[in-house]
Parts: sequence; C-alpha cells; structure tokens
Amino acid sequence: MRREIPLIITTVAGLVFAVSYFIPHWPFGEAESIFGDWVAIIQAFAIWLGALNLVKVSLEKIYRKKEDALYAGIIIVCLLLTIAVGFYDGFTGGPQSSFRDTGTSFDWIYRFVYTPLTSTMFAMLAFFVASASYRAFRARNFEATLLLIAGFFVMGGRVPLFHLLLKPFTDVPYFSEFAGWIMAYPLTAGMTAIMIGIALGIMSSSLRIILGIERSHIGGGA
Amino acid sequence: MKVKMLLAVFLLLAICSNSYAQDTTAEGDTTAISVDSLRLPAPPGNLSGRDKPNDHGHAIILDWELSPDDGGGSNSVLRYDIYKWVPQLMLDINLVRDSIIIIQKIIRKTTDGIEEGSQADSMLKVFSKFSKDELFDIRNRLTDHIKAENEGLAEASKSYPENGAWLFIDKKPSGTKTFDHIGSKEFKSKGFVPDYADLYYRVDAVTITGAKASSEIFGPIQSSGQWYNTYRTPVVFSVFLFTILTVFYVMRAKQGADLYVRPLGGIEAVDDAIGRATEMGRPILYVLGLGSAADIATIASFTILGRVAKKVAEYQTELLVPTYDPIVMTVAQEVVKSAYLDAGRPDAYKEDTVHFVTQSQFAYVAAVNGIMLRELPATNVYMGKFFAESLILAETGALAGSIQISGTDEIAQIPFFIVACDYTLIGEELYAASAYLGKDPVLLGSLKAQDYAKAAIIILAVIGVIVAQFDFGHYYVDLFEVVN
Repeated sequence: MRREIPLIITTVAGLVFAVSYFIPHWPFGEAESIFGDWVAIIQAFAIWLGALNLVKVSLEKIYRKKEDALYAGIIIVCLLLTIAVGFYDGFTGGPQSSFRDTGTSFDWIYRFVYTPLTSTMFAMLAFFVASASYRAFRARNFEATLLLIAGFFVMGGRVPLFHLLLKPFTDVPYFSEFAGWIMAYPLTAGMTAIMIGIALGIMSSSLRIILGIERSHIGGGA
Repeated sequence: MKVKMLLAVFLLLAICSNSYAQDTTAEGDTTAISVDSLRLPAPPGNLSGRDKPNDHGHAIILDWELSPDDGGGSNSVLRYDIYKWVPQLMLDINLVRDSIIIIQKIIRKTTDGIEEGSQADSMLKVFSKFSKDELFDIRNRLTDHIKAENEGLAEASKSYPENGAWLFIDKKPSGTKTFDHIGSKEFKSKGFVPDYADLYYRVDAVTITGAKASSEIFGPIQSSGQWYNTYRTPVVFSVFLFTILTVFYVMRAKQGADLYVRPLGGIEAVDDAIGRATEMGRPILYVLGLGSAADIATIASFTILGRVAKKVAEYQTELLVPTYDPIVMTVAQEVVKSAYLDAGRPDAYKEDTVHFVTQSQFAYVAAVNGIMLRELPATNVYMGKFFAESLILAETGALAGSIQISGTDEIAQIPFFIVACDYTLIGEELYAASAYLGKDPVLLGSLKAQDYAKAAIIILAVIGVIVAQFDFGHYYVDLFEVVN
C-alpha cells in the first residue's frame, strides 16, 4: 500500500486537472485554485522540514569539525539572528506595525544585507556571460562558426555603433534589419520546434504518470 | 462577548443603512439624465447582451450601437458608462463585504486607503475596539451571513425595477461597442455576479461636460457556466489521438516488438561520469533546479536521480544533492533511499546526502557554487527547471574542472547549458531520459508514440505552409485554433 496510495492520489489528481482544462463549470473550474490552496498549506509545513534539515546538517558539520564547519556556523548564527530580530520587532513594534515594516531591524537586514548579497551574485552573471561567450564563439567547427556569424550580426544590429559605421554610405539600418530577420525567422523557427518537442514530452510524461506506467518519482523503478 | 459582537454588528448595520441612504441618493442623481446647458448626446442604440460562452459563469457580454454623436453628429461623446441594476439585497451584501475588508485591515494592522472621516473610517473606529479573536469571529459570522444571503439573490432580482438601484460598473472610451462584464466568481468579492439571477444593464453616452443619455435597458439575462469549453476542441482531439497512439505502442512493446530509440548522449555519459568520479575519489553533485515537485521537469529529474543514485550506491561513490524546495528535498530523499535499497546497499545511504539549502534563488546558487569549489566534484548533473542561475552554476562547475551533464525544458537557459556543459539534454530529451534509462519496453512504447506525434506535426505544418498560399488557407488554420 506504500506505493499504491500515492499512485492512486497521483492518478486521481492528474485526471481531475486534465478534465478541468476542458470543463469550466464549477467545481472543475476551481480545481486549480483548490489544489493550489492545498499545495500552499503543505508548502508551509514543508518549510519546517527544510529548516530543520538545514540546522541538522549544519550542526553535524560543526560537531564533526568538517572542513566547512565555519560556514555551517555562520548559517546557524545568521538563521537564529534573523529569527530573533523578526520576533523582537514583532513584539516591540506595537499593534499597528509588522516586523516587515519599513524601518524595522528586520527590514534593515533585508535591505542592507540580503538584497546586496543577492545583487552581487546576480551581477556575477555578467562576467560568466563574457567567459561563456568566448567559449561559444570560438570557431572550432561548422556549427560554432555559424553561431559566431549569427552572433556578430545580431549584436551588430542591436548596438548603434555598427549603424554609425555604415552612416557615410547609407541611411538604411542593414545590420538592424538583418538582426531582426534572424530573430524573427530562424530563431523563432528553432525555438518553436523545441517548444513543440517539450509540449509533447510533457504530454507523454503526464500520461505515463497518470496511467501509473512511470512511478520512479515515488521512490521505485519505472 | 456575544453582547459586544451583537453590538458591533448592530453598529455596523446602522452605519451601513445611513451610508446606503446617501449612496442611493447619489445613484438617483446619476440614473436621471442630467440637465445640462449644452445639448444632450444621442443615446447608444440596440443594447444587447449574451452569456459569455465557454466560461465558468459570472460573465455577460454587452454589445451596443454607437451613439450618433460618437464620431459623427456633434461628435460630443467622450465615453460610455456601463451600469447594472442590482437588488437591494446585493447592496446590503456589498456593505457587509466592505465591513469584512475593514476587519481584514485591522487584523493585518494596516489602514491603507481609508480616509479620515469617511464611512470606512467610522467602521474602523467601531471595530478597532475588539480583540483579534473577536474580530476573527465577527469576520467569520459576516462571511457566513453573506454566503446565506447570496442564495436569495436570484429571487431578489425578480423584483426589478422595485427595491434596487443602478450600480456603475465601468467606463469605456468613445468608439467602443462592446463590453465584457467579467464578474467575480468569489461570493466574498464585491464584484461577484451571481449565476442564474436576472441581470439588467444600461449604457450611458457621456459628453465632456458630463451630459448623459441612457440607452434602453437590456434584460433580463442570466449568466451560467458551461460544461464543455468548445474553444478547446482541437486539444481534446490531439490528446485523444496521442493517447491512442501511446496505448498502441505500449501494447506493441508489451507484445515484444523491437522498438528502436535513438541514443541520448547526455544519458549515456552518466555511467561514464559516475565511473570517473569513483576513480578520482570525488563526489557527484546532482542539482534538481529551482522547480517545485509539481513540475514535470523536476519529476523527470527524480527519475534520473534514482538511476544516478543506484549507480553511485553500486560504485560506492559519494553523492551530494543540495535542494531548493523542501518538498523536492523530501521526495528526493525517498528516491535516493529507494535507489540505495535497490542496489542492495541501504547501509551506505546517508541522511545528509539530500539536504535543504534555501528558497532564495541566488543564496542557493552561492551555496551550490561553494560546494563545487570546496568539494571539487568529479561530475555535476543539472536536471530540472533552471532560470538565471543556470550559467553561474555551469560556469563555476566548468572552472572547477568537473564533467557536466545538464538538461532543462527552459528554452532560454538551454544555450547557456550547451555552452558551459559537456552534455546537454535539450527540452524533450529530459523527459525521454526517464524512459530511456529504464529500458522498459512499456516506457519505450510511449517514446515511440511521441516520435510519431512529432512526425505528424511536421507533416501538418508542411501542409499548412502549402495551404496558406491559397485563399481558403484560413479554414485549415482555424482547425487548430485554441482560445484560452
């Protein structure tokens, strides 16, 4: 029964969702929002599982004095500190305020610690794009050469410098038009083909899951 | 406590009654055509309406002919105001809804949008005297009250034109000839439109000076939900045909037919990559992405994780699975545990193999990058849903010298993975991987069906290109049109 019950739940939920796509009438039309509420409730409980797991794994690292025990210690301290600050603001802020209000210590942590750290990680993407582009545009084979040429024209069409270089000869923005053509036709065609494949893949996987043919996601072989 | 609550409800109703008296007066002014020193515009003509087709109900489509003074005549029409007649009961319910909103604001400790001295402010002062528990109780009682009163709306609407008033719904600019009145299906919402209740509408042409001319009243009309969305018939056919195709090939596979499936480089490389990690004595890092357990890409990733974990258990290599979502973590733990059991090595399974990191996108990236640079895994596997973090992860893995295998159905991230990883499963290959790995004829049968469906789509697309060159081409295109 350990495998059968999840399979039955999966099949019933899958069928209800599939049918609700074609039946707008109540209660089928509401299936998504009803299931959405259930997922939100489960998610709220699951976050505790996650937090406890994080604490357990971090404490184990500290206890066993692993190489990265220092980072585990920082995680524990930051976690407890943030919770403590949130509670403190919640209890001392008065009935008309929330711990998330602007100007609270919790808000300070969010704006001056969390946001800059997140932005820093995101900003690193710029450097990684540069290194990835260098690797991608090396003309090692026919496909890479084709990519290099397409990339040259698309980038050329998207910056005013190329248009400026052509200015003495013509007013027609050839680079821009050619870049637009690449984006509108070859790119769209390629992307559409991948999207059709993905849609069929999703449909096929969903069928396998609903029919119970594929069950590896519930911890067993297919 | 009960006395206090009764008092509160009484006060509320008293406030509501007073304010309603003011409201109806105001409505009365708008109902009557205002006397303006300038010429009144000609009214819009032939107002008609119909239930919105293929929906869940609670919606009416209105059509009218433009006022002769809209784009012609004196050309003075600025806009059209749309009104709906509602019974007194609906007005009463709306006021109770307002009070629930005020209670919610007090519970959430916010007074946004409440002006000093307004009716809402009066309600706020009354309800602020109650404790949070009492407010919850009052709110629940009022919600039950609304639910019960809504049952009587259909009957109350039969009293038209007595015991009711015209409510302003929306305005549309001149030149507009149609309006979709999409009401809320949520009975607690102020925009709730009851199904199977008589509805009456009116459209006013309004000039820049505010002079109005009303159309003839249209009604009664009722909204209702449909049991089948005809707009989605092409999808029904596609799903039906695809299911038949899948069942056919699954049955053929069960009968022992030899089904060829092209090799997937990324999946074939998994075994080699695990062998490499064993030889190097380094761990394997498996990243499930940022998707939830409800995403098909994540479910496909669970299957591949199961396969990787089984091999890892056989080879006695270390596996690291940092997760972004706690539900994904729980499922992944179960998958890995089962894989170790299947491999006959349940003792080798460690609880911290699959662990939770954070639900913050870039904090997760920072943690995973840290693992890559500290543990220097021999192989990184990225399977699932990835967003802006894909390149940061893959480039860091490349810098750490790991063999990298990736797969995602996020089209925008596929190029990044192709550039930075050694093997990439593109889109559908991620879903095919689970069937391919299992080598189960039944699963391979479904893959075969997928391939034939693709062939059918290519043929239909080619026919479409040819047919589109002719006048009747749109008939062919219409066959595939799906309106959401």
